[in-house]
Amino acid sequence: MITVESLTKRYGGVKAVDDVSFTAHPGRVTGFLGPNGAGKSTTMRIMVGLTPPTSGDATFDGRRFAELPNPGLEVGVLLDASAQHAGRTGREILGVAAQTMGLPRTRVGELLDLVSLTEAEADRRVRHYSLGMRQRLGIATALIGDPEVLVLDEPANGLDPAGIRWMRDLLRGYADQGGTVLLSSHLLHEIEVVADDLVVIGQGRIVAQGTKAELLAAAGTVVRAEDHQRLARALTMAGVASTLTTDGALRTDAEPARVGHIAHAAGCPLIELRSADGAGLEEMFLELTAETQREGAAA
Amino acid sequence: MSTTTTPASTTAGTTPTRAPRARNRPAPAPIPTGRLLLVELRKMFDTRSGFWLLASIAITATLATGAVILWAPQDDLTFATFGAAIGFPMAVILPMIAILSVTSEWSQRSGLTTFTLVPHRGRVVSAKAIVVLGTAVASMALAFAIGAVGNLVGTAMAGTDLVWDMGLDDFGYIVGANTLGMLMGFMLGVLVRNSAGAIVAYFVYSLVEPPLSQLLAAAQSWFADLRPWVDFNYNQNMLFEGGFTSEQWANLAVSGGLWLIAPLGIGLALLLRSEVK
Repeated sequence: MITVESLTKRYGGVKAVDDVSFTAHPGRVTGFLGPNGAGKSTTMRIMVGLTPPTSGDATFDGRRFAELPNPGLEVGVLLDASAQHAGRTGREILGVAAQTMGLPRTRVGELLDLVSLTEAEADRRVRHYSLGMRQRLGIATALIGDPEVLVLDEPANGLDPAGIRWMRDLLRGYADQGGTVLLSSHLLHEIEVVADDLVVIGQGRIVAQGTKAELLAAAGTVVRAEDHQRLARALTMAGVASTLTTDGALRTDAEPARVGHIAHAAGCPLIELRSADGAGLEEMFLELTAETQREGAAA
Repeated sequence: MSTTTTPASTTAGTTPTRAPRARNRPAPAPIPTGRLLLVELRKMFDTRSGFWLLASIAITATLATGAVILWAPQDDLTFATFGAAIGFPMAVILPMIAILSVTSEWSQRSGLTTFTLVPHRGRVVSAKAIVVLGTAVASMALAFAIGAVGNLVGTAMAGTDLVWDMGLDDFGYIVGANTLGMLMGFMLGVLVRNSAGAIVAYFVYSLVEPPLSQLLAAAQSWFADLRPWVDFNYNQNMLFEGGFTSEQWANLAVSGGLWLIAPLGIGLALLLRSEVK
C-alpha cells in the first residue's frame, strides 16, 4: 500500500506539488492522471526519495522509501525509460539491477522473455533502442525484483497499440494477484481502461479522486430531445442545470432516471438518454485541468 | 516489436509467473556493501567508453614503453625512465575514469535507477570512491608490470645493463601522485556532476593552472613563498620527483585540504541534497 500525505514541493515561489494526499491500495490499479507539468513526475520522484519534499510524507506499508532495506525487492520503479546509460546493453542494465538486488543471473533472461525483448535486442546498446523498447526494458527493471508495489511514470509512452494492450494486461494481472500499482498518464483513455481508482492532479493540486465507478457516476447524463430548448426549460424548472453541447445534446449532472422523469412530466419526447460515462470523465478531466494548460504552469 | 513471444521464450515462459504477492513476507536483508562495490566496479567498465578507458591504460602503457625502447638514449634505458613515461598517460586517464564513474549517473541519467535501487547516495558515492582508489592502485601495478617487461626487452635489444633504479618509495610516490590526481577527478565529478563540465574543469586544473601559478610566482616573490602552501597541483607534481621533506608533506596536506578535501565536502553535501532528475 502506498500512502501519500500532504506532499508539497516548492520551487522558489512556485508550488509544483501542493498538499497532495492519496492512497494506492493492494489489489488495485491506481491511475495518476494529469496534463503535462501537473506535478505527477515530481510527486513520484519525491515518493522514491529522488527529490526532497518541502513538506509531507510518502510511505510504502508505513515505511519511507529510504527505509526499505532492498527497495528493488519491494517497490518496482520506472520513472523515465530514457534515463539509462546509452552505452550499456539492455541485458547489462538488467544484470546490474539484478546484481544490486542480489538476484540470480537467470532472472535477467526470464525478464527479457517476459517483456518480449529478443536475445539480439538485449545485446544491443540502449542508444539504439526505440522508445518502446526502452519502456519494455524499464518495465523489466521494475519487475525483476518481484516487488509487491509498482510505481510507473507514463509506462505506455512510446508503446505501439499491441504493446499498450500487453502493458494493460500485465498490470491488470499484477493487481489481481494482490499487487499495488500506481501508474501515471496524461492520457485519460489509456488509464481509464486499466485503472480501478483515479487520482486526478492539475497544477500540483489533486482535483478529483475516487474509484473509477464513482467518478464516472459523477460525470452526469447526456440527453437528446426533439426540441432541446423545451427540454432545457423543463430541466431548469425542475432545478436541474444543463448545458448544450456542440452536437445538440444536453449535458447535466443529474442522474439519467431523474432526467427521464422530468422529460416525461414535461411531455418532451427523447431521442437519447444515457450516462455520460467516459465522455463525461474526459470533459471533467479537461475542465478540471483546464487552468494548467495555460502558459506558466508549474513545472 | 510485438507481444508474440519468441521461440526461445516458450521454454522459460513459465518461470516469470509469480507467486501471489505475499503481504507479510519477511523483510529483505539490507544490501551488503561488498555487493555495492562489485556493482560500482562493474558499472565503471561495462560501457564502451568505460571499457576503452580501461583498455587505454594497458595500451598507452605499452605504447609509452615502446617509445622509450625506440627513442630513449641507451644510457636512459632504466626502469625509472619507463616508469616516468608510463606515469604520464596515467595522469590523464585515471582522472577521466574517476570523473565518469560519478558524472554518468547524472549526465546519462542512470542515477534515476541507481538511487532508487539504493536510496542512500552516501553509500553509492562511497562505494564509487573505494572502487576508484582500487582502480588507481591496480592500474598502476599493471602499468609498472608492463614497464618492467619493457625494461627487460629494451635492455636486451640495446645490449645495455638492466637497471632497476626504482625503490619501493619511488613506487609509492608515483602511485600516490596518480591516486591524488584520480581523487581530484572524483572530487570534480562530485562537485560538477556533469561529464563535460568536470572534464573541462580537470584540464583547467591540470593544464591551465600550473603555468599561471608559475608566472605569478616568478613575478611576485610573496607568492613564490606562499605557493607550496596553496598550490596543490604543484605539490602533486613534486610527488613524482619523490624524496619529500616533512615541510613538503605539510605543504601537500594543507594545499590538499584547500583543493581536494574542502570542495569534496561541499560537493558531497550538495550531491546528497540535490534532486535526481
